[in-house]
Amino acid sequence: MGADAMLEIRDLHARAGDAEVLRGIDLQLRPGEVHAVMGPNGSGKSTLAHVLAGKPGYEVTRGRILYDGEDLAALAPEERARRGVFLAFQYPVEIPGVANNYFLKASLNAIRAARGEPELDAMDFLGLVREKMKLVHMPETLMGRAINEGFSGGEKKRNEILQMLLLEPRLCILDETDSGLDIDALRVVASGVNALRGPERSMLVITHYQRLLDYIVPDRVHVISEGRIVHSGGKELALELEERGYAWLEKAPPGAEAAAP
Amino acid sequence: MKELELARDRWLERCEQLGAELSEGEPGFLRRLRREATERFAERGFPSPRLEEWKYTNVAALVHQPFEPAKPARGAVGRADVERIAFPVFACSLFVFVNGRQAPELSTLVGDPRKLRVESLARLRRESPGALEGRLGARVDLREHPFAALATALLDDGAVVTIPDGAQTSEPIHLVFVSAANGAAPLVLPRVLVSAGRSSRATLIVDCVSLGDGPCFTNAVCEVDCAPDAELHLVLLQREGARSFHVANVSAHQARDSRLATHTLSLGGSLVRNDLAVELGAEGAEATLHGLYVGTERQVLDNHTLVDHARPHGTSRELYKGILGGSARGVFRGRILVREGAQKTDARQSNANVLLGDGAEIDTKPQLEIRADDVKCSHGSSIGALDQDALFYLRSRGLDLAKARDVLTQGFAAEILRALPVAGLGDCVAELLLERLRGPAVAA
Repeated sequence: MGADAMLEIRDLHARAGDAEVLRGIDLQLRPGEVHAVMGPNGSGKSTLAHVLAGKPGYEVTRGRILYDGEDLAALAPEERARRGVFLAFQYPVEIPGVANNYFLKASLNAIRAARGEPELDAMDFLGLVREKMKLVHMPETLMGRAINEGFSGGEKKRNEILQMLLLEPRLCILDETDSGLDIDALRVVASGVNALRGPERSMLVITHYQRLLDYIVPDRVHVISEGRIVHSGGKELALELEERGYAWLEKAPPGAEAAAP
Repeated sequence: MKELELARDRWLERCEQLGAELSEGEPGFLRRLRREATERFAERGFPSPRLEEWKYTNVAALVHQPFEPAKPARGAVGRADVERIAFPVFACSLFVFVNGRQAPELSTLVGDPRKLRVESLARLRRESPGALEGRLGARVDLREHPFAALATALLDDGAVVTIPDGAQTSEPIHLVFVSAANGAAPLVLPRVLVSAGRSSRATLIVDCVSLGDGPCFTNAVCEVDCAPDAELHLVLLQREGARSFHVANVSAHQARDSRLATHTLSLGGSLVRNDLAVELGAEGAEATLHGLYVGTERQVLDNHTLVDHARPHGTSRELYKGILGGSARGVFRGRILVREGAQKTDARQSNANVLLGDGAEIDTKPQLEIRADDVKCSHGSSIGALDQDALFYLRSRGLDLAKARDVLTQGFAAEILRALPVAGLGDCVAELLLERLRGPAVAA
């Protein structure tokens, strides 16, 4: 089992600072699959995203994360990125003084070098970035500005999806990409994400609301509560959650394995 | 403090001997200037760290070195050295001074000589000293600045830059002061006198570098006069070797509606002390003071600034940024003086620092003295490390840790670099600052 999984998370326990936030996550993602992870605030959704991307300050205390059969937790964040792991941030960081286009080019060329591809020169990069910007309706003026500085909430999220389109990762982790977006921006962002869907690419879509899943339709939906996956189902589970809320699942006794401390 | 006194006496002897040689044939006003400077130096001597102004910067190490007034060393620097030193991108007028003395064979004037004159101070002293009367020594406060007094007592050569009324030059003027630090420990005295004429516009780069990895002591004095409506951009670039001591005094006076922007970039040396004083001496003057200091190892980088709002309706904007790694130490003391009657003054000051390691240190202190009641004055300072969230963000996009740190470090400096008035200079300095942070400063 799991031999063909791109991402296999087994009994994952992780701490953020002193607090144990993840308490036994099990999850498998095969190539081409899109899984949604839903759950109430504070359930551990974003922690899962950060642990997968390798954010300093998070510590795996038990269990394993296998990516292509390799121990992901042993890799530095940049090494994960170079192997195709991408996190679209819930709160993209503003970086004054560093131009967005400079950053995107440096990033793309770092990833390309890791894939054994030649660096793109300024002209080729410009052509590529223009093409991808159209997909997320991003004005070119945002390229010359500092990374995310003074960007609106929607512009920041578009910038995340733009990076994803440029870097063409194999595992996309979307952390509450829908938060703070109006319906038009949500459509644009979702169509950018959908443009990347393919048989070799997997996605983990973390969201609080079902709304995003109208546009990015998942193969599986997992509900996370208090650091464990308490329920999994097909895409219709998202609709049920929208109607009934999370309370009925949080109260439900989890499976025996998941309940073990 | 006995040692400071002994060192002072040693240097006073040299002032007497060398000053007498240098002043031979000089008119009375120059002799008086030397004599006054010698007296001021005798009164103050080398500053002790007990003085508030020198609290964080101990000159004992400088005083211990057996520095000697630099000998002419024309042959020590060739065309190839200059080409290596001068950033190639500027394509501008280049004037080279080796150990403080002009090297005409290494200098080139680009553009119209009617729009700009750069003359040798030594030559003017000999041939037409009248041109210096009332200008040389007129702005620098010798009472407060013993190093400037020492430099004035021993003044010899330097650059006298005259931008005539109405002259507008688009090409920057690049003055390169090279210290040949090959074993002997030279005291080099870069001296610059700038007169920006009425409604003139110009950009001047005063660039101090060292060749060789021996110790050297650069004691620079730069006096600047901005006539009404003049616009002057002054880049003070310091990128000497790891064993250099660098003390610089820049004193500027601004007439009505003039605009002066200084860009003080300190990238080398073991001990750097910059004293910058700008007097907004008439209504409508605008001063911009930018500074960037980058240190590693055990470098000490000390900036003292004085913005003197002497008349109403003056505007000043001051921004200094520090990047300190290793066990480097930075000092920023920004004094803003709003004199009585200088109403409608609008002054802002900001000092931001990033410390790259646990051993680095910064002492930052604003000092506002406001003697008028209808003014706007603000100041702020910050000290922090590189933003951890930003580091993770960059790494999550494939940049390795070292590259991510470099990108953030350059990003921190960007505000200063982007404001530089010479195309391409910002990129050169951005590269240079990373080079300097990576290891001990190497001589050019």
